[in-house]
Amino acid sequence: MQIFIQTLVTGLVTGCLYALIALGYSMVYGVLKLLNFAHGDLYMVGAFVGYYMIQWFGGSSALVIPAWLVIIFMLTLAAVAVGGLGVAIERFAYRPLRDAPRIAPLITALGISFILEDSVLLLFGGYVRSYNSQNFISYSTALHVDGVNIGAVQIMIVALSVVMMAGLFLLVNRTLFGKSMRAVASDREAAEMLGIDVNHTIALTFFIGSAMAGVAGVMSGLANEPISNYIGFLAGLKAFTAAVVGGIGSIPGAMIGGLAIGLFESFSSSYVSSQYSDLIVFAILIVTMLTRPQGVFGQPPLQKV
Amino acid sequence: MAPIGVDEWVARSGEKREQAGRLRRLGERLNSRVGWWPRLAALAIVGLVYGQLGLNLNFQTVGFNSVLYAILALGLNIAVGWAGLLDLGYIAFFGFGAYGYALFSSHAFGNLVALQGGIHLSIVAIIPIVLVGAGIVGVLIGLVALRLQGDYLAIVTLFVGQAFVEIVNNVDPTVFGGNNGLYGLDPWHGLGGRIGTLNGYYYAALVILIMLMAGLHLLDNSRTGRAWRALRDDPLAAEVMTVPVNRLKVMAFSFGAIVAALAGIVFAAQQRSVFPTNFQSSVLILIYACLVLGGVGGIAGAVLGGVTVTVVEAMLSSPTDSSYLFYGLILLAMVARVRPWRHLALMLGAIVGFGLALRAIVGAISHAAIAGPPGSVGWIGTVMRHFVIVPTGSITYGNILFAALVVALIAIVQLRGIWRQVAIVPTVYAAACCWESRLIVDTGVTAQIVLGAILVVMMAARPHGLLGTRRVEVV
Repeated sequence: MQIFIQTLVTGLVTGCLYALIALGYSMVYGVLKLLNFAHGDLYMVGAFVGYYMIQWFGGSSALVIPAWLVIIFMLTLAAVAVGGLGVAIERFAYRPLRDAPRIAPLITALGISFILEDSVLLLFGGYVRSYNSQNFISYSTALHVDGVNIGAVQIMIVALSVVMMAGLFLLVNRTLFGKSMRAVASDREAAEMLGIDVNHTIALTFFIGSAMAGVAGVMSGLANEPISNYIGFLAGLKAFTAAVVGGIGSIPGAMIGGLAIGLFESFSSSYVSSQYSDLIVFAILIVTMLTRPQGVFGQPPLQKV
Repeated sequence: MAPIGVDEWVARSGEKREQAGRLRRLGERLNSRVGWWPRLAALAIVGLVYGQLGLNLNFQTVGFNSVLYAILALGLNIAVGWAGLLDLGYIAFFGFGAYGYALFSSHAFGNLVALQGGIHLSIVAIIPIVLVGAGIVGVLIGLVALRLQGDYLAIVTLFVGQAFVEIVNNVDPTVFGGNNGLYGLDPWHGLGGRIGTLNGYYYAALVILIMLMAGLHLLDNSRTGRAWRALRDDPLAAEVMTVPVNRLKVMAFSFGAIVAALAGIVFAAQQRSVFPTNFQSSVLILIYACLVLGGVGGIAGAVLGGVTVTVVEAMLSSPTDSSYLFYGLILLAMVARVRPWRHLALMLGAIVGFGLALRAIVGAISHAAIAGPPGSVGWIGTVMRHFVIVPTGSITYGNILFAALVVALIAIVQLRGIWRQVAIVPTVYAAACCWESRLIVDTGVTAQIVLGAILVVMMAARPHGLLGTRRVEVV
């Protein structure tokens, strides 16, 4: 039972992170029909922003201001900086390619991913870092369930993710921006004709999606995941799986898909084999795609003739 | 205004072509006069002469890799360019061929640690076995792919490629060698001969490339080739016209798989070893870069792309050549984009003047700030020594400059008119300083950044590739 609860908690935490990244993938796919392979690297950049914030405030064991303030700063700055980076990438790389053949933006996305990974390598070096969050977040303030310690960081990650996802859900379904985003997603030209500022909507979508990836990066750092310039690829791939399994372009799908992939991963690595956990995740994806290509929550694409 | 019935995009590209200069018109006339076979023969002769030059090992490697990537790009072109199936799992077939060769020509089925036993077949036997195997796997994956359309196909195939790496990494390390890969492979042998040198494999790959190009040219102009293009342009219409859509898709996958496996056999034999990291997605990206740079859908484009990407990669990894490439690309971009000529001359003069003036000012304030040696060697280094600002111990300086450069580039895209031209002057100068102080120091990292940047800029400037033609997509 202890192992079960432990696995469940780990799965929920990674699942929440995957869900946050997957949301960005899904939103971008929704409005642009673009598989943004650079999205995982935005998560990596977010983790780096958080790491350097900690260093800025004196290092993990000698923070000059209260820890909760640092965490708020980290999350805010990562959201703003990574969101801005996402907008810049959209403006700089993707916007000129709106009407180009489908393969062109895909290649651009791969190029951007090269640039981000290696720029970070150039600027900050290739060694693996850790936030060492145990130095400034007390691990004794935790829940004890059936003999399992659930750390404050883990509770914070899940809580914050839920809040963000709920906020996003309200944003998309209850606000004017959400309405215009859905309009652009369903038909860009028609939306433009109805007076929706398409460029503005797409930029804002990129901002929100990227900001969430940045926040996810900081939170993974707080959970003491190792940080290096290459973490983006695998995290991006997993989140992408989540987005696809849930139904790419669908927001609740990305949330559920992220949680499902996180749980599958942690259960398969603790009950089946840690070696094959990646393979199991990929197998889930392939089986889902073959039985329900549009994903669990996705709408089957309409074929226009 | 486009004439009725002509898509606006096509009309615009047609207009542009009509405006083309005298040089391009000459090229086009030559293009229409010279047939296919003479061109292929010319390529073969160029390839043979290159092999005969007796160049050093670096040049031989570049030659071999160019041909290898050209073969890979041609194979990818079958599925992506002709049949319009976005296959992101192509790398798995390359790996399949390489591991297939490795299994039958090493100690994989014997004892990997003691390097004893195992199956050692001659190349005459391995090629048919592996190619048939690759063809069958291609058919199987093609059958799976029939259920999927567009991006969903790309997604599933991407994970097929990932799964391949995971499988050879994790399944039975006593056969596949796990992380350590398989090494100590036999060279190609059979029919009483063996190929032991890099140049030998270069010729082998060249022969494969020429035969492949001839075969693909015939295929392209055959009934099947036309049917593939019909399928690519509009699957629904093709199906209505009784084109056997499903069979063609499976065929495209299978043909591509066979070509990739053949490339894998050459690759593994030349390297005498295979590792899971040889088949990571970054290699797939390179193959896609070849195809897309050259122009999706064309045979010549794929070959040109293979050669270009290999040469660029090789140049970037050498400190001397990478400087030529970097400054050459900046100059090329300015020549191509800045019109009229006197603006260009003015701008170049402004850059030189700005740089020298700024360097003099900084040097007057602090001598240490300009005392660092530039990273370039040779005559570029000598010139840059008197031009750029490089302080001693310049890592942090270079890093800040790099970040500033990225911001400046983004700003330039936003600016319009005269302000853009004014902003280019300090940006180019900053790029030179950044290159000399930081980028050239880490050639490996810089190579990736520059490659990424080339892809991004190339896609924005010519999404249809160097030799490709614009095509209207029916969405």
